[in-house]
Amino acid sequence: MRCRQVVDKISEYLDGELEPELVRELERHLEHCEDCRVVVDTTRKTVEVFCATEPAPLPNDVHERLNQMFTQKFRKEDPS
Amino acid sequence: MPAHLENEQDLVAAAKAGDSDAFVTLLNQYSRHIYRLGLSITGNHHDAEDVLQEALLKAYTALADFQANSRFYTWLVRIAVNVALGKLRKRTLWKESSLDEPREGEDGGFIPLELESWGEDPEKACLNSELQQILADVIQTLDPKSRTIFTLRDVEKFSIEETATMLGVSIPVVKTRLLRSRLKLREELTKYFGKDARNAMPTSRR
Repeated sequence: MRCRQVVDKISEYLDGELEPELVRELERHLEHCEDCRVVVDTTRKTVEVFCATEPAPLPNDVHERLNQMFTQKFRKEDPS
Repeated sequence: MPAHLENEQDLVAAAKAGDSDAFVTLLNQYSRHIYRLGLSITGNHHDAEDVLQEALLKAYTALADFQANSRFYTWLVRIAVNVALGKLRKRTLWKESSLDEPREGEDGGFIPLELESWGEDPEKACLNSELQQILADVIQTLDPKSRTIFTLRDVEKFSIEETATMLGVSIPVVKTRLLRSRLKLREELTKYFGKDARNAMPTSRR
């Protein structure tokens, strides 16, 4: 397998969707190609960091306006 | 994807029966996720707030249509994505007809330029709030279609099939755009987290 093919297959490799034969070929390539090892490793970290990072809390003013909107809506529907 | 609330089915049932407190509990659990989704897709806070408000209002109004056998969050995300894409269409940033066509130069493959390994893991290299900001910034380097696909698949963890269905595109389109997005974001994040990072890191970087 060449570097170009490794790059094309990274997504499927990281998602565990690559056929076993291609996984073996790709990993054989990684054993002797430092550049591809870096690309695969940092792509994996990229996906992981996006997946693992919790969203920031809602900005206070956004939260406040959302609450107001629903408070008004509930009040309109149930004036009691 | 946020944690499933333990009593979610009960809350949804109560909200359907008109219990506004139950709806507010659901809303509090998911609002910041929906806001982030809106921000990723539209690229600005004003539209993200609109997406949040409109999506939650639509969900509240359509609660009777929600099927209890599916996940509430998935249903909510579908609504939010439609609202967000509506905003992009208004700004003509999303041309449906061209979704399957590669842009000029796009079919020539993507060649990684940054070949530098990362130092510390990003979670250790900066504060959580700083990391949130960096991720929000770099995702905007993608075009609207790619960042929508990336957000659904890699941020919200929907499957490739679910992502394709939500956006009405084919699975190969999702896969191709996902690959390019991951590689592009890897390049951008290497500027922050590479061993010889060029971008100035926030003050907390050790």
